[in-house]
Amino acid sequence: MSRLPTGGLIDRTKPLAFSFDGKRYTGFAGDTLASALLANDIRLVARSFKYHRPRGILTAGSEEPNALVTIGRGAHAEPNTRATTLPLFDGLEASSQNRWPSLDHDLLSINGILSPLFVAGFYYKTFMWPAALWEKLYEPLIRRAAGLGALSMEPDPAEYDADHGFCDLLVVGAGPAGLAAALAAGRAGQRVLLVDEDVRPGGRLLAERHEIDGNSALDWVDATIAELASLPNVRILSRTILFGAYDGGTYGAVENGRRLWKIVARRAILATGAIERPLVFAGNDIPGVMTASAVQAYATRWGVAPGKRIAIFTTSDSGLKVAADLAAIGIEPVTVIDARDGMLVTRAIGGKALKAIELSDGRRIAVDTLAMAGGWNPSVGLGCNLGARPNWSEAIGAYLLDSPPGGMIMAGAAAGAFGLGAAIASGIEAAGGGMPVPATSEDPSGSRPLWHVPHSRGKAFVDYQHDVTDKDVALAAREGFTSVEHMKRYTTLGMATDQGKTGQVNGNALLAIATGKTMSEAGTILSRPPYLPVSIGVLAGHHRGEHFKPVRHTSGHAWALENGATFVDTGQWKRAQWFARPGERDWLETVSREVTATRTGVGICDVSTLGKIDVHGPDASTLLDRLYVNIFSTLPVGRARYGLMLREDGFVMDDGTTTRFAEDRFYVTTTTVNAARIMQHIDFARQVLWPELDVQATSVTEQWATYAIAGPRSRALLAKLLPDLDLSNEALPYMGAMEFHWQGVTARIFRLSFSGEMAFELAVPAHHGDRLIRALFEAGRVLGVAPYGTEALGVMRIEKGHPAGNELNGQTTATDLGMGRMLSRKKDFIGRVMAARPALVNPARPTLVGIHPVDPARRLRAGGHLLAKGAAPVAANDQGHVTSVCYSPTLGHWIGLALLANGPARHGERIIVHDPIRDGDTEVEVVNPVFVDPEGVRVRG
Amino acid sequence: MRIPCPFCGNRDTQEFVYRGDASPTRPDTDEAMHDYVYLRDNVAGPMREHWYHAQGCRNWIVVTRDTRTHEIISAEFPR
Amino acid sequence: MKRFSIFSLAANALSGHRKWAPTWRDASPRPGYDIIIVGGGGHGLATAYYLAKVHGITNVAVIEKGWIGGGNAGRNTTIIRSNYGLAGNGPFYEWSMKLWEGLEQELNYNAMVSQRGVLNLYHSDGQRDAYARRGNAMRMHGVDAELLDRDAVRRMAPFLDFEGARFPIQGGLLQRRGGTARHDAVVWGYARAASALGVDIIQNCEVTGFVTDNGGAITGVETSRGTIRAGKTGIAVAGNSSRVAAMAGLRLPIESHVLQAFVSEGLKPVIPGVITFGMGHFYISQSDKGGLVFGGDIDGYNSYAQRGNLPVVQDVCEGGMALMPMIGKARVLRSWGGIMDMTMDGSPIIDRSPVDGLWLNAGWCYGGFKATPASGWCFAHLLATETPHETATAYRLDRFATGDVIDEKGAGAQANLH
Repeated sequence: MSRLPTGGLIDRTKPLAFSFDGKRYTGFAGDTLASALLANDIRLVARSFKYHRPRGILTAGSEEPNALVTIGRGAHAEPNTRATTLPLFDGLEASSQNRWPSLDHDLLSINGILSPLFVAGFYYKTFMWPAALWEKLYEPLIRRAAGLGALSMEPDPAEYDADHGFCDLLVVGAGPAGLAAALAAGRAGQRVLLVDEDVRPGGRLLAERHEIDGNSALDWVDATIAELASLPNVRILSRTILFGAYDGGTYGAVENGRRLWKIVARRAILATGAIERPLVFAGNDIPGVMTASAVQAYATRWGVAPGKRIAIFTTSDSGLKVAADLAAIGIEPVTVIDARDGMLVTRAIGGKALKAIELSDGRRIAVDTLAMAGGWNPSVGLGCNLGARPNWSEAIGAYLLDSPPGGMIMAGAAAGAFGLGAAIASGIEAAGGGMPVPATSEDPSGSRPLWHVPHSRGKAFVDYQHDVTDKDVALAAREGFTSVEHMKRYTTLGMATDQGKTGQVNGNALLAIATGKTMSEAGTILSRPPYLPVSIGVLAGHHRGEHFKPVRHTSGHAWALENGATFVDTGQWKRAQWFARPGERDWLETVSREVTATRTGVGICDVSTLGKIDVHGPDASTLLDRLYVNIFSTLPVGRARYGLMLREDGFVMDDGTTTRFAEDRFYVTTTTVNAARIMQHIDFARQVLWPELDVQATSVTEQWATYAIAGPRSRALLAKLLPDLDLSNEALPYMGAMEFHWQGVTARIFRLSFSGEMAFELAVPAHHGDRLIRALFEAGRVLGVAPYGTEALGVMRIEKGHPAGNELNGQTTATDLGMGRMLSRKKDFIGRVMAARPALVNPARPTLVGIHPVDPARRLRAGGHLLAKGAAPVAANDQGHVTSVCYSPTLGHWIGLALLANGPARHGERIIVHDPIRDGDTEVEVVNPVFVDPEGVRVRG
Repeated sequence: MRIPCPFCGNRDTQEFVYRGDASPTRPDTDEAMHDYVYLRDNVAGPMREHWYHAQGCRNWIVVTRDTRTHEIISAEFPR
Repeated sequence: MKRFSIFSLAANALSGHRKWAPTWRDASPRPGYDIIIVGGGGHGLATAYYLAKVHGITNVAVIEKGWIGGGNAGRNTTIIRSNYGLAGNGPFYEWSMKLWEGLEQELNYNAMVSQRGVLNLYHSDGQRDAYARRGNAMRMHGVDAELLDRDAVRRMAPFLDFEGARFPIQGGLLQRRGGTARHDAVVWGYARAASALGVDIIQNCEVTGFVTDNGGAITGVETSRGTIRAGKTGIAVAGNSSRVAAMAGLRLPIESHVLQAFVSEGLKPVIPGVITFGMGHFYISQSDKGGLVFGGDIDGYNSYAQRGNLPVVQDVCEGGMALMPMIGKARVLRSWGGIMDMTMDGSPIIDRSPVDGLWLNAGWCYGGFKATPASGWCFAHLLATETPHETATAYRLDRFATGDVIDEKGAGAQANLH
């Protein structure tokens, strides 16, 4: 056991049991999985992606590239979890990834022997012959070897939620700079949100030994947190990853992996710290080689000696501090190698564990742990999300974001203020000052980058997870991939789960050396969200399963449910599709019955989902004249008219009936799916195109419940329900409408027919809709009233040749639909000019016709294409397609509507419906699309 | 992005529907209609554009926004 | 050009890989060329390659303002397919698919063309029939298409949500020959082959204006690296088409929009091919490195920023969870954005421009990657012969004036609806 007898921010009174690869171990509350593994002497925790090299824990933070494990089992399994940031909990089950049969003996490490072949980009140069084998053999093998963790194939059982935060100041990072900034701003009365990814605030102060105002820095941390917690205008979110900066001061964060935060901040301070660089020398990936700050953290924060014989290889004062902190708790480093004195580690030696190091003076020293202090990279990534580029600073040997976007400011180590005093001062200043800078112990931060150890023989790693070595970078340069972007893509450096946090800068430097550029000239990659990986589940939240999109019900929904309706989705609405009765064989039988019942008796359909818009004002009719192809200003009060709207490009946008209730009041209807679009269109017309018109428009789709009552007995039914209303042809002619009162509520009745039968539509305010539908069915009981759904509605409109959604598909013109004569020649309207373009008036265009199979027993399907008889089934002979079909119980066979080239001139011709993807070919006859009652006698009653 | 709706104040663009460039004006002549419907400046820089506050006041507003940086410069009613 | 193969790889391994040469010549501009292609992405490089290979025109320069493939070619989600319905599109995309199928052998570069199928799911009768219409059109163009019912989809992708979905899956349209290709490799493969045939690839060279003669015809380009003369100039600059066209005084029926895309951490294989959701904008595939590559709709507002905002991120993830709830534990690793040039009918433009000497290849919306080989082939054909290739005759700029728009979605003259 490597656990130190005392010390660490762990609770030794709370032991926790966990397992790794099936073996059981113990840790303490406050441990991470990584610190607990190290405490139990487990050094080998993973295998690298390509070569399957043994890998150990490299860091103590979220930049960790190696120690990825899968936790949990079955549907709860979470692959690719970083052991370094996973808080240990009782019962944790973790397993290593990407190895077979075991971590210790991974057969795929044979890849290592082939490593001279498996250099960067090797796969572009091979796997091409024979061609057939790429997909049959090579690629499946590559895919099986790829990836680290595995998804359980089960639905994610976790529950997620979301929250919103608004603040004056967002502070990202609760290290010394962030805590100081939050305190200064909090005391000044600003609304502050302090977000930190660790389980407790403190940042590096939890892992390093410092003094603030003469006491342990941890006391300052505790006091600061206590004061922040007492301020009502300050909120601290721990275990929260601030993953992205977006436009408009919007930020995304995930708390505890389960709650998505959308934060809007007037200003933000990025006190995101810095990440230590590994050094590049042969064997730098052997388990036991770690960053110095990690060695320091495991010892100080978690009371774990990462090894018994520890050496430190440093280019920075921080490495010397690590030595001092270790000595302070009784761990004397075996040796300290300071590159600035000219001494280098040229090789680390070992297989599954570090055994020794070789130095540049030829000495070999036996060690089991090597702490690398390669300098610090300020974590500027978040500040670059909006496109700002960091610049190389020779002074500190790192990239700095000197021009962050407006509203963002860097502080602390993230701004290059590496020493403790400087960091705290920087935080206070970023928050606007107003707080004295406490006295702090000395914390020198000098450093001189060492990008590459020369004469180092063996694999020296730059990107640990993707097995990218220094030689790969040189190879990329040699092959012409001389920009950092190309080098990244060619070598895959920086594309692993750590997104280059430990490797990008080293890689950039090696590329600069290989191409003879300075670091400034070489540039770097822009960081994009998410800063740390964020689960798809939390980003989706509870919009999943049934709750993916809202469900919209009409007022008649409950009644329909009680009466056995089967529902269909129309947009977000649930509409009754049919109402099956016991004993009916299938939907076809049900729907046919509903059609027949309506055409011979009376049927009722809920049509509440159609869009409805109230247009009123002195210029209402003028506006409608400009929107519709036909004229509405001549529409008498108390009358409805069918209207067609075009897009400005001349194609049909939508149709509906519009009723005039007063000189200055119109009631516009739209199709269900276009309701919102037409509302926007009407508002655009009156607010932007013609603001001089005095007209208002209000969406009333949800305000009215509307039912269609259709069939020869429809008038009789309504007479029973509305005995005081004059429903005669004189009082309420076809296409007439009137307002009245029903049981004290405003009601409207329209004599409209989509079915071709004598029919009415009855509308009441939506919250009376349930009452009305029940009253209608009560009134119709003795008349044998039947409810009908969208399928029967569809059958009847096809029988009448009415175009609907399938024909109004955005690719058809008014003429295509047989409505060319509706286009007024007396006025301008939206779409008029473009509708006259040559291709839109070409008579050879596919135009609306009716079809029925020559063999009446044959079924039709929408989506078949049309061919002249005897024509080869190729695109050149394509003459259109079938848009809508149904079985017509009225006629006793299937019928359809289709768009056929030159259609109206071809009635009586026999053509082929070509449907190779389903039923094959069917011979049909082209006919008038109005199959039933072409004279339109029945509607007029 | 957040749009300063003249009626409703700063709101996330999620509440709005985007249409496009606000500079083309519906022409009086038939000849100019093709360009109005189809051609666009599509500038890389500040542009005036139409947004509809569908989940708010249902007004069309003209927003001036830089298409390179997404910075929103102003928002006003159409006329 | 030295041939790549397992043998050359092994031979080079023995010499420590020190003998590899640059993949393409990083050329310096010469005073003039027969043809200049502005834009060093997949389309521009493919055009240059086919000019040299098919038409024997090698006095060609590809001028790229940054590093080749740094634009949309390096930012797409790698999908290739030819499942288009309208007559103007069918032959073109199928020609592209055929070129994909022979590309690696043609270029001697492994672009990892992988035809594991593209499955478009449908969730209603209306969608089914619309897909049937499209599938039948594909068949009539000689393209493979199958309409699967629910059970067949379930056998293919059992991890999809068939139980608790808000919009249950009813089936799908499958193109088995559709799939993916490695986008960077396509760029580098074309660059290598074109360069070996003598094409000059000039990087870090931004076009700042055009040189014209007295008649107003384009005779060359002004660049950050000097003036370069050209017999003909073709532009293939994707989302920057309007900016470059404006230098010649042209306005195009194009708006530039951001399309976000995402990749997850590497996972063992779970997604066999490409799957698209029918009730929300979401599509997904899995790269050979194990990352799930997915995306959805454009953000919807004009943008040159190559990044988008949170609402789309949420929408895309909601679509993913609605389609395959197992994906919840996968983590988004990185997001990025490209600049789509969205045309007013959703279909591309390969045509001469109204200005003499200037030729256009633009308007690829979010479908440019799959078109790369045919776009290059057809643009090369146009530049070389001054007539459109037979598969691209519909991609005329004047189709908006004549009304011969190619509008697969039926969305009309609003760029962000396509």
